[in-house]
Amino acid sequence: MSQFRLPENSRVQPGKSHAAPAGAKNLKTFRIYRFDPDSNQKPRVDTYEVDMDSCGPMVLDALIKIKNEVDSTLTFRRSCREGICGSCAMNIDGVNTLACTKAIGEIKGDAKIYPLPHLPVIKDLVPDLTNFYAQYASVKPWLQTRTPAPPDRERLQSKEDQEKIDRPSACILCACCSTSCPSYWWNSDRFLGPAALLAAYRWIIDTRDEATGERLDELEDPFRLYRCHTIMNCAEACPKDLNPSKAIAEIKKMIVERQH
Amino acid sequence: MSLRSPLGRVLGLGSAKGGAGHWYSQRVTAVALVILGCWFIASLALLGAGAPHAAVVAWLRSPFSAVMALLLVAVTAYHAQLGLQVVFEDYISDKGTRMVVLVALKFALVVAALIGVLAVLRIAFGAQA
Repeated sequence: MSQFRLPENSRVQPGKSHAAPAGAKNLKTFRIYRFDPDSNQKPRVDTYEVDMDSCGPMVLDALIKIKNEVDSTLTFRRSCREGICGSCAMNIDGVNTLACTKAIGEIKGDAKIYPLPHLPVIKDLVPDLTNFYAQYASVKPWLQTRTPAPPDRERLQSKEDQEKIDRPSACILCACCSTSCPSYWWNSDRFLGPAALLAAYRWIIDTRDEATGERLDELEDPFRLYRCHTIMNCAEACPKDLNPSKAIAEIKKMIVERQH
Repeated sequence: MSLRSPLGRVLGLGSAKGGAGHWYSQRVTAVALVILGCWFIASLALLGAGAPHAAVVAWLRSPFSAVMALLLVAVTAYHAQLGLQVVFEDYISDKGTRMVVLVALKFALVVAALIGVLAVLRIAFGAQA
């Protein structure tokens, strides 16, 4: 019934070591999780020594340097390298964050880099986000209205109303929050997780949206919403400094409010 | 292997359209327990350490004390049931096991609450010590 150890094929083994080129003085050691589904081998942690004198300041810079110069098999997602695409989310030094905005200098000792926790691993630092994206789609993250749009202009919203959705709209769907949440680890098949709930909240409080009640109906569920126990790992992890925890609390308050 | 779409799996059986009552009750009972707990601790402090049996019985026989004690027992049991239900829902992933454990939990706490209620009532309605 209970499983207290990782399954046999998930237990991490010691891996290969790649020393820095001779003459390098300013060294930083990166310990990186590796898993190749085609090799039929268990995951391992490889060690890379990187010469920081010829490396950019961010963790992503080091990963790209390793891939370019040391080990081209190292696999990770990346795109914008400026914290707006959310592709390079991973667990760095025990915390979920974006490799592109995490400074290597902030890491004491060896830099330990793992994929986002508790997701199936496709390869190395690339997790399977299929369920995460499906959960986002399930909250219908688009404007729903019954009033037809004015024929000659856009739907209007006051400046104050726009400011309400300003912050929650800044979510980049990197999945740092959801994969830092123990409730999401245990029940991600049914609990929507902080990212999807923050997205739901963004549309619930959008004054142009006319499906607020239906949205709350869909969320009012012991597993979809109420698995959140407000431990705030999500707010702690968010690289955009958003607060999904507060958004979820507001959703719970709204659901109580309409009963009184 | 299921060929169901990821969205289909997430939507599952749909929203239970419930859970708000549970969440709200847990908070209301928590507030009640703060009040009842303070009353209980204050009462014991007033009785003092080593108070004679007769004094404690006399205290619990008063209508106010008896009602407060009954409420303390009932609300504690209800709050415990609500809280433990959340813990079991979090950590037991097998649906069948979860259902059995949740029913057993309800039974156990109803029994515990009734034992406490009966004990208070026996003192409240019992012969003068």
